[in-house]
Amino acid sequence: MKWFLVLMVIGSTTVGDVFRSLGMRQHGEIRDFRPGAIGKAMGMIARNSWVVISTCAMAVSFFSFMKLVSITPMSFAVPMSAAAFIPETFLAKALLREKVDWRRWIGMGLILIGVFFITQ
Amino acid sequence: MPEISVLEGPVAVAAPDLRAKTRLFAVLTILSNVAGNSALTKGMHQLGDIGNSPFGLIAALFHPWVAIGVALLILWTLTHMALLSWADLSYVMPVTALSYVVTAFAARLLLGEFVSPYRWIGIVLVTAGVTLVGRTKGSTRV
Repeated sequence: MKWFLVLMVIGSTTVGDVFRSLGMRQHGEIRDFRPGAIGKAMGMIARNSWVVISTCAMAVSFFSFMKLVSITPMSFAVPMSAAAFIPETFLAKALLREKVDWRRWIGMGLILIGVFFITQ
Repeated sequence: MPEISVLEGPVAVAAPDLRAKTRLFAVLTILSNVAGNSALTKGMHQLGDIGNSPFGLIAALFHPWVAIGVALLILWTLTHMALLSWADLSYVMPVTALSYVVTAFAARLLLGEFVSPYRWIGIVLVTAGVTLVGRTKGSTRV
């Protein structure tokens, strides 16, 4: 059950993050943070299908995470979600066309090893 | 439309600095994530095993700590979305991983948990990784 939930969290987080990035890039940079402008931007974002799919995936991720933290310590549940970095980085390069240079790859590697140590 | 931000104040209007804006939102994202997860975990541990029914999960949302956790995670969602509207996912993901370090410090300072040497090594590695990624350009997409 524990590992099934970990997989659910990683899978749904990956889908959620990649689609969120896709949708937000489509919307464009948010520059105006006045309440009225934020409301208007949220209305536009809520109609973006990538963001809608992302929100559904994030809801799955959230409820899976809630269940996970109810049966495991936070020091296990939180860092486990870090494994989503691997598929997300590959998708960022392949799907989002980001330039993932050596500093990002090495940085990502250091973080993953670091997260492993933090959970020990 | 001019670049006006109530969060950044008049300095941003005079000299819009995307890098400073990215850092500000990264900090907000990290703090709301750590505080949200901590409150959620506290609430879920107080509730104990809630079973596998979706009704159990929905009922858990009314527990005060869970509700605070959810509110903070909504704030995390909004700042994360704003950040992704201009920055790369492969930049945002590792930079906001500093939340693991902040979580470890919060566990030590607020919950009195013991931070083992392994955890300190992990903290140094995560910080080094975040620093390295933080030196790249926040947005590389054409």
